[in-house]
Amino acid sequence: MKVSELKTLIGAESLTPGVGEDREITCGYTCDLLSWVMAHGDEGMAWVTVQTHLNVIAVAVLSDMACVILPEGIRMETESLDKAVSEGMAVLTSPLTAFEICGKLAAQGVPPKA
Amino acid sequence: MDALIQNTYPVKAADYTSAGRASADIKRRLKQLGVSGDVLRRVAVASYEVELNLVIHSEGGELELAVFPDRVQLVSSDVGPGIPDLSLAMKEGWSTANDEARSLGFGAGMGLPNMKRNADDFAIESEVGKGTVITMGFRLA
Repeated sequence: MKVSELKTLIGAESLTPGVGEDREITCGYTCDLLSWVMAHGDEGMAWVTVQTHLNVIAVAVLSDMACVILPEGIRMETESLDKAVSEGMAVLTSPLTAFEICGKLAAQGVPPKA
Repeated sequence: MDALIQNTYPVKAADYTSAGRASADIKRRLKQLGVSGDVLRRVAVASYEVELNLVIHSEGGELELAVFPDRVQLVSSDVGPGIPDLSLAMKEGWSTANDEARSLGFGAGMGLPNMKRNADDFAIESEVGKGTVITMGFRLA
């Protein structure tokens, strides 16, 4: 599944329009403890988190993730979004809860991380 | 053997805004050298962890990158405060991070174990009142 397809699936809005939407999603994950995510993040991952500060983008980029998804309509600071755009990292916001987003991803066959 | 790249990045204590800059530059430089895939990801994760450790726990320090034809070496050294019990610090889930770090989602006690897991070679030396030196090596196959 591509990031653009995921966007439709979870009724999301892109906070980084046109950035990284062709990227293929290989696995999904949700966690808000950044140091936990650093230990478990993976390439091609779609990561659902309520955290929005700059370090979220750093973690996503360093782990070579496919996108960051903010649940429940959460917005991200401009500073973090600027960094996401410059690093080519897609950031989506969905009205759904983290639970619902992960449920939809799983139902589409997106696996947990390897 | 001469290093292909050698660079030192100063890291300030408690500077969460700049945290990750050194790791991002290290990743970019390695990518330019043609390092990719698993090794690049492991170096990126370990360098970010060690950079964050300097920000969260140290009184300031530096991260040194050296790239040789067959390996990447990262050395983190700080000016204190030093770790009183290294075996506790290496335990997953053990953390002494303050509230500010925890409010940003850090301090899960995963940093040092995660560095060890990602590096091919890992060594840590620490003296209370003096500082901590972490040396990590990554083989370039």
